[in-house]
Amino acid sequence: MAIPGFLLVLLFLSCSLPALSLYEDQVGLMDWHQKYIGKVKQAVFQTQKAGRKRVVVSTEENVIASLDLRRGEIFWRHVLGATDAIDEIDIALGKYVITLSSEGSTLRAWNLPDGQMVWESFLSGSRPSKSLLFIPTNLKVDKDNVIFVYGNGCLHAVSSIDGEVLWKEFIAKGVEVQELIHQLGSHIIYAVGFDGLSQFVALQINAKNGELLKHESAAFPGGFAGKISSVSSDSFVVSDATHSVLVLVSVKDGGISFQQTRILDLVPDSPGTAVVLPTKLTGIFALKINDLVTFVKVIDEGKLEVVEKIDNGAAVSGAVSFSEGQEAFAFVQNGESKIHLTVKHGLDWSNNLLKESIEMDRQRGVVHKVFINNYLRTDRTYGFRALIVMEDHSLLLVQQGEIVWSREDGLASVIDVTTSELPIEKHGVSVAKVEQNLFEWLKGHMLKLKGTLLLANLDELAEIQRIRLQSSEKSKMTRDHNGFRKLLIVLTRAGKLFALHTGDGRVVWSLLLDSFRKTGQCNSPVGLKLYQWQIPHHHALDENPSVLVLGRCGRSLDANGVLSVVDTYTGKEISSVGAAHSIVQVIPLPFTDSTEQRLHLLIDADQHAHLIPRTHEALSIVQREFGNIYWYSVEADNGIIRGHVLKDNCDLEVSDGYCFNTRGLWSIVFPSESEKIIATMTKKSNEVVHTQAKAMSEHDVIYKYVSKNLLFVANVAPKAIDEIGLLTPEESWLVVYLIDTVTGRILHRVTHHGSQGPVHAVFSENWVVYHYFNLKAHRYEMSVIEIYDQSRADNKDVWKLVLGKHNLTSPISSYSRPEVVTKSQTYFFTHSVKTIAVTSTAKGITSKQLLIGTISDQVLTLDKRFLDPRRTVNPTQAEKEEGIIPLTDSLPIMPQSYVTHTLKVEGLKGIVTSPAKLESTTLIFAYGVDLFFTRMAPSKTYDSLTEDFSYALLLLTIVALLVAIVATWFLSERKELQDKWR
Amino acid sequence: MAVKKRSESIFLILFLFCFSLLSPALAITPGSDDGYTINGRVKIPSLGAKGLLLLGKLSNVKVILNGGQRVTFLKPDGYFSFHNVPAGTHLIEVAALGYFFSPVRVDVSARNPGKVQAALTENRRGLTELVLEPLREEQYYEIREPFNIMSLLKSPMGLMVGFMVIVMFLMPKLVENMDPEEMKRAQEEMRNQGVPSLTNFLPGASRS
Repeated sequence: MAIPGFLLVLLFLSCSLPALSLYEDQVGLMDWHQKYIGKVKQAVFQTQKAGRKRVVVSTEENVIASLDLRRGEIFWRHVLGATDAIDEIDIALGKYVITLSSEGSTLRAWNLPDGQMVWESFLSGSRPSKSLLFIPTNLKVDKDNVIFVYGNGCLHAVSSIDGEVLWKEFIAKGVEVQELIHQLGSHIIYAVGFDGLSQFVALQINAKNGELLKHESAAFPGGFAGKISSVSSDSFVVSDATHSVLVLVSVKDGGISFQQTRILDLVPDSPGTAVVLPTKLTGIFALKINDLVTFVKVIDEGKLEVVEKIDNGAAVSGAVSFSEGQEAFAFVQNGESKIHLTVKHGLDWSNNLLKESIEMDRQRGVVHKVFINNYLRTDRTYGFRALIVMEDHSLLLVQQGEIVWSREDGLASVIDVTTSELPIEKHGVSVAKVEQNLFEWLKGHMLKLKGTLLLANLDELAEIQRIRLQSSEKSKMTRDHNGFRKLLIVLTRAGKLFALHTGDGRVVWSLLLDSFRKTGQCNSPVGLKLYQWQIPHHHALDENPSVLVLGRCGRSLDANGVLSVVDTYTGKEISSVGAAHSIVQVIPLPFTDSTEQRLHLLIDADQHAHLIPRTHEALSIVQREFGNIYWYSVEADNGIIRGHVLKDNCDLEVSDGYCFNTRGLWSIVFPSESEKIIATMTKKSNEVVHTQAKAMSEHDVIYKYVSKNLLFVANVAPKAIDEIGLLTPEESWLVVYLIDTVTGRILHRVTHHGSQGPVHAVFSENWVVYHYFNLKAHRYEMSVIEIYDQSRADNKDVWKLVLGKHNLTSPISSYSRPEVVTKSQTYFFTHSVKTIAVTSTAKGITSKQLLIGTISDQVLTLDKRFLDPRRTVNPTQAEKEEGIIPLTDSLPIMPQSYVTHTLKVEGLKGIVTSPAKLESTTLIFAYGVDLFFTRMAPSKTYDSLTEDFSYALLLLTIVALLVAIVATWFLSERKELQDKWR
Repeated sequence: MAVKKRSESIFLILFLFCFSLLSPALAITPGSDDGYTINGRVKIPSLGAKGLLLLGKLSNVKVILNGGQRVTFLKPDGYFSFHNVPAGTHLIEVAALGYFFSPVRVDVSARNPGKVQAALTENRRGLTELVLEPLREEQYYEIREPFNIMSLLKSPMGLMVGFMVIVMFLMPKLVENMDPEEMKRAQEEMRNQGVPSLTNFLPGASRS
């Protein structure tokens, strides 16, 4: 598409368009948006009534959503605040979805059909506690269905119509309620729980007024552990503190009695701790020991009897009642490439209601959760459908042995993103294909022309839109000339890698990393980061590109690291290492070996550096560059920043030459009583800067200080760590530093009095932009600091250049202490910000735009020219020509400059930019609960034709010109002939 | 058993009296142990009237306290409330697609509960009641200008075609209208000046 010859034409064309804006019919041409919900925690079906069948789910991303049961689409969805985790959901009155969140203190009702919030109640309490939501089906107090909530140490009765708190009962201190039970027809609510470690408590509360009718308790010397599981309305099962004895508790009028059964008697030779699964079945409970699920029946007089043992048991659903008083429940077993779903009758164990085997993609892992729902078949028998949550957080609906739909909800919890090139197109395309393509191409363009000339009818308009959206060009699996087609490699919290195509956002491959799954050695692995491992070009083109996935076995910093290298073309794991040491920091070195593998240093908790890849070649490179490797570490808790270098080979017991001792080089200690580190930011290591010189008006030149070793640090007063709202401007300040990470020199320091965090910063070229809160004005502010190299400033004298007395050729060294000057300016900014990024282009020529992820989950672009310290209120004519915008106190927000236009990236967490091959264009990927991708041209597409360029019009013009030439030639010939005859 | 410790709750709305009859928000909520309640209302005029029906649904509006510390949603009548808010100066933002809301600064103080202290931070306008209205609607798309023949003609290609048309149809007319003798004289003059005539270069136009 890049036709340099048309540059002029294009400039002409594009001048009339405002920058970055989008027409409504251009939506979907270069952007895509995907909606997710996250890993489902709880699901409630709503299928009884006629109308659309739906399932309401709550997820680990604090999402409450109503899904279409037929296709899995989202009817409506709400993302609650980050601190507003959903505890439980249920449906009341058949039309309200009730959510209990924030540890039992917020209760909300949502209208089931459209998701409108109907009411909200704040339930205060006295102490933090477990939270329970309980909606009895047939209990009415004054003709009002009542919702019972236990949270913060109180039992609340809430009206389901308007959310009014009817009564509130403080539960005695120390008592932890575990279950709420209601018997049909009575007006008494039973609450059972523990008092301390070994007291079992049963409370009876009047449902009408909250009066405590009875408080019974009994001590069990063995102590309790885990949850209480009810077997019937008056008997419960709980395991004792040692997890070796099951206690059957029965609460009768005569008091509380205990009956003990040793687990070993039920399940012989079972190592591991037993967990009682909450199934809410009458008379039966499930016991899970590792992979073995045992169903135990309670027979008369407290005897326990094993009904069935299931190997590879993965998940057990809750009970669902169907027809009159019948109960069913399901369990799932994992098999080789299959899962087995069994639905059993709660009372009649002998035969199965349903037994199905479902083919399952191995990349989905094992089953984590199952929820079942019944439906009436056409022949009046009962069928069951199951909603299954897999290890990779995906959600599947299974019915009649088939997967009806599936959702890749793992993509709602993206941890890190990187990009990878696609394979190069192989030559040898068949001629027929080209011809057909050419014909299609022409047809498409003729249609477009018709559209432009307003000759197209509605059908044709629809066809035009379809052609534009489904251009096969953009979703090809090969590299394109402009570099628009790439793979986005995405690491999710489930430890699964996805490769998404930038053209249409489809999943090209996915891989559940085996090394990031729960194993004996590594019981809670977490994925942390992705690094580019190998980007082949030049001499190593045959190799496939690959990424390095870094993880850790557990949350703490000194847990062992996990490393895995994945081929990005095939999606196969090339190698995986469970590192024998912890990984605190990874330093990608600026060196690659002969196969273009990047060298990385892994720093462990004992400050040893380990080199990967473990090859002799890598070792020799490091030894050659031994003195040139520097890095820094930030200890935010202690307020210390340290610089490090390599010292010598370490002599551990496994001395292999790839391990090095390190040495501290410098340290900066911030005064802990007045400053606390809240944010640090560096430049992107792969950023390209086109030129160091910046031409100014009146033929002046200044030189940017473009050292890569700059660190931005933001500190606030220790009191200002808290969020906005509590501080006065006098007791809060923000101190910003620019630090050289090789020498530890502080290049710049500035204090913003009366300001506080959170600070979001972005660092690029020679400038840093940061966003913070100004308490005095009570508004957000954005500041820019630009840093210039003064030592080169006197190079602008032409005579010096001529006589060779300039220092332009002197080598740039990180050790030198150049004279730097900084310029800065501050502006107001309206919105809270979640993240800031900056566009990046291939050669760094195109001007930059900031990408601001706002609190409303939109991505706003802001030209860097608005954040230019040289802005003045009245710029001179020369400055205006240079493009300096008159100074205003706040930054403008133009609705057309939202790249997300009318979409939201719910739960926005990060924005990643990647350069396309075309210099003008940058690729943008924003992730959160939703994913959004687009590409944009910060200075308009000056090097290519726009998407809606009318080739047909061009062709038509050329044809018209040719016709004109022929006609005029013909005319002139005739004229000449006539002249001659005259 | 309900113990009221410091059950102050400040009401920032001076309700229109028609609402004061209906509104459940007026019911004095039992104040929490150590906090205040901020009640307010979001009012969007002509919601859904301008083709923004899908975007600006009331159910998708979020009200955000202190940059994401807490998030709440609107009730069907547009009311919202934040419970258990400590004393201090807070910031409320409204996130609604299609509308631009100014953040609002709200002072919650222990000294004079019940007194309204709220101001839009964008234009420092004080609010007597916490009713938040959008400052403006936001149009995210460029409006495509309707097709007209002038824009086509003004485009470079249109200009090229126009120029060709002029050359084709007007130039011959001009030449025709010229006096043949005058023309001859002009040609003579040209030849004398030694300006190479275009016709000399054209093949088949060799005139002796």
